[in-house]
Amino acid sequence: MSFTLPELGYTYESLEPHIDATTMTIHHTKHHNTYVTKLNGACSGNAALNGMDLLELNQKVGTDAIPSDQQTNVRNNAGGHWNHSFFWSVLSAPSNTNGPSAELKAAIDGAFGSLDEMKSKFNAAAAGRFGSGWAWLGVQDGKLTVTSTANQDNPLMSTVVGSDACIPILGLDVWEHAYYLKYQNKRPEYINNFWSVVNWDMVNVYYADSVQGKVPKL
Amino acid sequence: MKAISATKATTAKVAGARGIRATCAGRRSVSARAVPLPDLPYDYGALEPYISGDIMKLHHQMHHGTYVKNFNGLLEKQADMENKGDYAGLISIQQAIKFNGGGHVNHSIFWNNMCAKSDYVEPSGALGKKIEETFGGLEALQTKMSAMSAGVQGSGWGWLAYDPAKDSIFVTTTANQDPLVTKGDFVPLLGVDVWEHAYYLQYKNKRPDYLANFFEVVNWKDVEARFAAATA
Repeated sequence: MSFTLPELGYTYESLEPHIDATTMTIHHTKHHNTYVTKLNGACSGNAALNGMDLLELNQKVGTDAIPSDQQTNVRNNAGGHWNHSFFWSVLSAPSNTNGPSAELKAAIDGAFGSLDEMKSKFNAAAAGRFGSGWAWLGVQDGKLTVTSTANQDNPLMSTVVGSDACIPILGLDVWEHAYYLKYQNKRPEYINNFWSVVNWDMVNVYYADSVQGKVPKL
Repeated sequence: MKAISATKATTAKVAGARGIRATCAGRRSVSARAVPLPDLPYDYGALEPYISGDIMKLHHQMHHGTYVKNFNGLLEKQADMENKGDYAGLISIQQAIKFNGGGHVNHSIFWNNMCAKSDYVEPSGALGKKIEETFGGLEALQTKMSAMSAGVQGSGWGWLAYDPAKDSIFVTTTANQDPLVTKGDFVPLLGVDVWEHAYYLQYKNKRPDYLANFFEVVNWKDVEARFAAATA
């Protein structure tokens, strides 16, 4: 199976001033693109991997379905490709965001007490992830949960993330490349500003799908 | 009653001999000693154009500075927990101590591993010979260390290390701020920070370019001194 770099669906400047255009350009055309290239390199000509789509590759990380000499390759590059494709889809221009749906808001209130308390928990997970990784809002056994993962791991990789496995409905890249040009070491400021560019319309769709046990359709 | 008095007396004797204050419970009282942020052995701009002054300043003051601040706070907490006998608490903060203390240890080595280009000399003497024997020369070592450091997934460090058990030098990497000692009884000779903060403002995603330029400002005199100390 051959993978391609997806279009953003908006211009590189769209998320200004919260996420700068230069970061979006490099993040998409260099970092994400490299994951796609390397994933294609790993899969092409590999009988075991060639038949799997991106979702399956992620879900099978850490299992026998992936040849042992490709485990790290798949974990990093299938993870990187899925994570960034998902990330672009949950971002949008600041003026475009409508907030969580009634159903999602109710679930947030139920799980965390309020939207602000959920954001607090999410922000702490994002700020507290040491080194490179991601913060996630996801659905686990029908309930909302906040988790974080290292490097390019994600909650779909149930074998490696164990009890943190869930269906992601929102994610935030906290690798330094995601914010360094504009924020330098000030990761908490980047995390705060992220909320201004969340595409709640898409998150609402992912939530509605997740309660039926369906993973985000990228 | 007698048994407790005997314990107290013994504790007091031992404590007296070691100069440590004994508490009534028979536990010595520990206190944390604040670790200072070390100065760079050169100005922020000294490594230009290989590593920018902007990066050096941010890297030293904000990144290393934050590790030191956090580490000191954690050392205080640890001493407090030890004094209170809160061992579960003490264990719960060890991860944070590894992160922040490791950050301090690693960066302290790193600053000294580099020097201005005008001060650059290639390795010679015992280390020079060891590099020749082990890798085939400086260029081969740099190629290997660059490749391994470029391959670090996420955040971490590349190392030229000394193994006292085998009297050998080798290249390896560690993740996040794990000090080299977490991989074994090895001595760090030369470290290269490959966290994105170490190069992003200047090199963006081009980590290999950063690594090539890093080798232009390696302070081999410092690396030789570490090797000499390890093999003394």
